[in-house]
Amino acid sequence: MSTLVGTDDSAPQGHLWRLFSGQLRRDLLAAVRAPGELVNPLMFYLIGIALFPMGVGPGPNTLALIAAGVLWVLALLAILLAMDGMFRRDYDDGTLEQFNLHMQPLFVGVLAKTLAHWLMTGLPLTLIAPLAALWLYLPSHAVGTLMLTLLLGTPVLSLLGGMGAALTVSLRRGGLLLALMILPLYVPVLIMGAGAITVVTDGLDPAAQIKWLAAILALACTLVPFATAAALRIGMEQ
Amino acid sequence: MVATLTSAPESTPLLLDAQRLFCERDGRVLFTDLDIQLLPGDLVELRGPNGSGKTTLLRALAGLNPDFEGGLTLSERLLYQGHRVGLNLLLTPLENLNWYQTLQHLPSDRITLEAALAAVGLAGYDDTPCHRLSAGQQRRVLLARLHLHLAPGGALLWLLDEPLTALDTAGAEVLRGLLVARIDSGGAVLCATHQGLGLTQSRLLDLGAVRL
Amino acid sequence: MWTWIKQLWHKLGSPRWFYDIAASWIRWLLPIGILCIVAGFVWGLAFAPPDYQQGNSFRIIYVHVPSAMLAQSIFITMGIAGVILLVWRMKLADMVIKIAAPIGASFTALALASGAIWGVPTWGTWWVWDARTTAMLVLLFLYFGVIALRQAIAREETAGKACAILAIVGMIDIPIIKYSVNWWLTLHQGATFRLTAAPAMPPEMWIPLLITVIGFYAFFVAVLFQGVRGEILRREHRTRWVSELVAQRGALPGAAS
Repeated sequence: MSTLVGTDDSAPQGHLWRLFSGQLRRDLLAAVRAPGELVNPLMFYLIGIALFPMGVGPGPNTLALIAAGVLWVLALLAILLAMDGMFRRDYDDGTLEQFNLHMQPLFVGVLAKTLAHWLMTGLPLTLIAPLAALWLYLPSHAVGTLMLTLLLGTPVLSLLGGMGAALTVSLRRGGLLLALMILPLYVPVLIMGAGAITVVTDGLDPAAQIKWLAAILALACTLVPFATAAALRIGMEQ
Repeated sequence: MVATLTSAPESTPLLLDAQRLFCERDGRVLFTDLDIQLLPGDLVELRGPNGSGKTTLLRALAGLNPDFEGGLTLSERLLYQGHRVGLNLLLTPLENLNWYQTLQHLPSDRITLEAALAAVGLAGYDDTPCHRLSAGQQRRVLLARLHLHLAPGGALLWLLDEPLTALDTAGAEVLRGLLVARIDSGGAVLCATHQGLGLTQSRLLDLGAVRL
Repeated sequence: MWTWIKQLWHKLGSPRWFYDIAASWIRWLLPIGILCIVAGFVWGLAFAPPDYQQGNSFRIIYVHVPSAMLAQSIFITMGIAGVILLVWRMKLADMVIKIAAPIGASFTALALASGAIWGVPTWGTWWVWDARTTAMLVLLFLYFGVIALRQAIAREETAGKACAILAIVGMIDIPIIKYSVNWWLTLHQGATFRLTAAPAMPPEMWIPLLITVIGFYAFFVAVLFQGVRGEILRREHRTRWVSELVAQRGALPGAAS
């Protein structure tokens, strides 16, 4: 019986955790080495928001009226544009093949990759959203709700977008197709997220919408990684 | 085309047993009635002109492409090395190996990994991002991977697609050493090459030999 | 009963068996469908009494309601076929998804268009963001996504499985979308017009509606089966039974019959 140095073949949970944290660490490390890709979705978000006053007019009342929707729609688009990158680099350099072959179970790795991607897109976006809210004259008492809804909603966007990215990973120009496939699936998150903010600005309690967002997040966390894992196997067949 | 490659006494545990494989792609039959059996100690070179289905066959055997017909049983752990390098170029060789080892539940401590890099002539490149390495050096990182699989618990069955790509003569020599070490320690290797490995132990399987 | 289902299941794995059986189904379903649609239309348009609120304009429900129902049923069919394809690898399921998607998109578009035409006399505008219209619009986009994905992937098997995943996820998302759209509407109540349906539709109104619904479904199944038959021939064109069929008919099969 030979012994392996440094491996841990004890509890299966520990082994899943090792896989998860190893993948997460690797993806975060790679993301930090290419900081440009980290900043791009945020810049897109800010530019997109800034276009609205230029298009609609600078009137604070009009802007405040559309603020909730605009802040959320742009979040949807910013995350969507960043999604294509989730598997693209790994596919191009061939590491996705090794990932597919050896990550057992695959959904654990998918979950880790999604979390890494969200930490690099959804989370920073949530953090700069108050700045964008300022430009659109969102009432200050609604900013907390904005951040909370983004915190609950953007992981769902990353999960669903990751599934789309997996399906289109072997297509050279998957970007527009990804949007076409995934945006309809984003509708419930948009409605609940923007709805919660509208409710708060009207002086009501957004608890229902926020609970719905949390429920959707729980559902997406449990189901979508399996779909993404299957999608990845299919997407890699080409 | 029809090809068979069997070697044999029964009772020895087969590392790879593929029977009557059939694969059709875009209306073209790539291989049919293909039998491959690999025993410990087998080294098989997969030959054939471009488009004869070498990569498709390796991917099918590795489980990356389920669209083939026929029976396939293989050893639980295998190593597949495809066309694409399989290294994240933003990360260092050490980080790449660490990730890969974790994925395979193989030892991933720094000493083991550094020793593997040294064994393939990459000592001192531990912390250089892979995009700064030359193509041949990147390929050598893959050799370090093979080296790590020689440790107990590593994959006995190696499926390699053009492993000689971009390697210099010294690198090719290291590769040959690793392949021999694998088959001498109870493993088997199936390897697609154009140039030929130049090893006396190897047998040939030519996918382009007989065409329907 | 159970063994019968198992036998049927096995037979469904054979495209050739389905090719023949579908032909006999179509022979019944197509006439029934067309007959029901015509009968329902004539009854509904000419003989059913006018609505006490909307007058004659309500009569568009004989197109609108069946197509809206089909639009949703077809997506659910695609989702179920997707599960069958991924779990049991039944090729027939892939063909069903492929053929059903454009048909479903057409019925969704028809439901939206008839709704818009209905909107003019009822609401005074072509488009209203009411809950059903909005959900239907999102459904149309879901169909577009599935169709676009299939066209983007060159390999047929890969495209089929990819579409299956999208159809399954879409199917799970549909009730969530419908629920959230309803919610959204109550939030923006001021901007909506509610169509208050008469509390109880008299039988002279709903019986023709039921007949057209049956007709639409029969027609859909017939069209779907015919499409799947064509797809079977295309995919199996190198097998012996197809070439024998061609030799038998002395012409391209499908053109005859």
